[in-house]
Amino acid sequence: MKLLISMLVSLILSLPAAAGSKVIATGGSTSIEGAAGGGIVPWAVINGYASSGQWSVNSFTSRVGVDDFTLQNFGIGASYNNQWEVSLTRQKFNLDTMGGDLQQDVFGLKYHITGELLYTQQPQISLGLQYKKHRNSGLPLAVGAQKDSGTDVYIAASKVYFGAVAGRNLLLNATIRATKANQIGLLGFGGANHNSYQYMLESSAAILLRPDLAVGIEFRQKPNNLAFADEAHWRDFFVGWFINQNFSVVGGYVDLGSIAGLAQQQGYYLALEATF
Amino acid sequence: MKAATFSGLWLSLGLSVMILFALSGCSQTVAKDQLYQQLGSGAGIEKIVDGLLVEIENDPQIVHHFRDTDIARFRKLLIEQLCELSGGPCKYTGVSMQESHTGFKITQADFDNLVRHLMKVMTEQHISTSAQNQLLGLLAPMYGDIVYR
Repeated sequence: MKLLISMLVSLILSLPAAAGSKVIATGGSTSIEGAAGGGIVPWAVINGYASSGQWSVNSFTSRVGVDDFTLQNFGIGASYNNQWEVSLTRQKFNLDTMGGDLQQDVFGLKYHITGELLYTQQPQISLGLQYKKHRNSGLPLAVGAQKDSGTDVYIAASKVYFGAVAGRNLLLNATIRATKANQIGLLGFGGANHNSYQYMLESSAAILLRPDLAVGIEFRQKPNNLAFADEAHWRDFFVGWFINQNFSVVGGYVDLGSIAGLAQQQGYYLALEATF
Repeated sequence: MKAATFSGLWLSLGLSVMILFALSGCSQTVAKDQLYQQLGSGAGIEKIVDGLLVEIENDPQIVHHFRDTDIARFRKLLIEQLCELSGGPCKYTGVSMQESHTGFKITQADFDNLVRHLMKVMTEQHISTSAQNQLLGLLAPMYGDIVYR
């Protein structure tokens, strides 16, 4: 046991040297579904600091706490060549006041098609998919979802504009997602109102006060498939600190609107990430 | 009501971004050599380049590209280039970026490393964040002429 701990400690101490070449913060944070991005929106950036010919691994945990619900996420990811990103995330959704909980797994894949976040006039553009599956299909089917699994496909464009806002760098991101998911899939996929893919717009804007410190806002448009309760668009405001190439922390305020008939779900967002 | 307040917050943030945009547009009408001054004029740029040379020397990822480079000449040309680029009273006398990097097979990782070194050196020399960003913004478009040539 002692040996194991000392091995782990020396591993952790030796790993930071393995961080890649990318500039601080350009791997983004990890969004709630495991993709590199902001808090609720996947960006075109590839997770971690692996540049050309390099690879990186990352792990993250995040928590969204609103009036009547808590969403806890944790996952691992890897990237190669600043081009490919894979991630595996488990989401635990607690219905704090209604009682009960559910779990959903998300497998994420992202491919950086063209453009470079910092260096090209054209934004960095990536194509991604998220396959989501419930561990127990009871609750989503009970609220009227057609399925307990689904695949989102998205295309994201991200770009940093140097010195654009009072001398600070500005990151803009726009993502278009094709989805059937109800409340990002936590309440299943499809419903009585709508049971086919719809395009949703998601966007983020962040100002880098320093290269390692970002403040930003996000918006995520949502479908409204279920008959039993209206679904609202999501918004957040966040502050992200990229402590070094290995650790980052993001805190935020989220407004998730109405969830499962309970209105005005607002609260906090907190994410921790480790990248090697 | 809480939701309305939050939407208001969001809107006001958006508005402040737009106002800041407008302000930053105005501030760009100042002296042509403002960035050059912010980098510490000739002496400051020389210090930046010397700091960068030290970083390159200690970086096994990129130092090999400079194996056959006349460092004194490289230093002089880079100083000229940063001086001219920042609005200073210099003229870059070297060849084009594309010409000077062809055959070196510089990768994105090499380029990223150089950008990080430059940021580190500028921070160590207390160059303001906005001046750093402005210089990086002038250098970034050279990416296409430098990598994978």
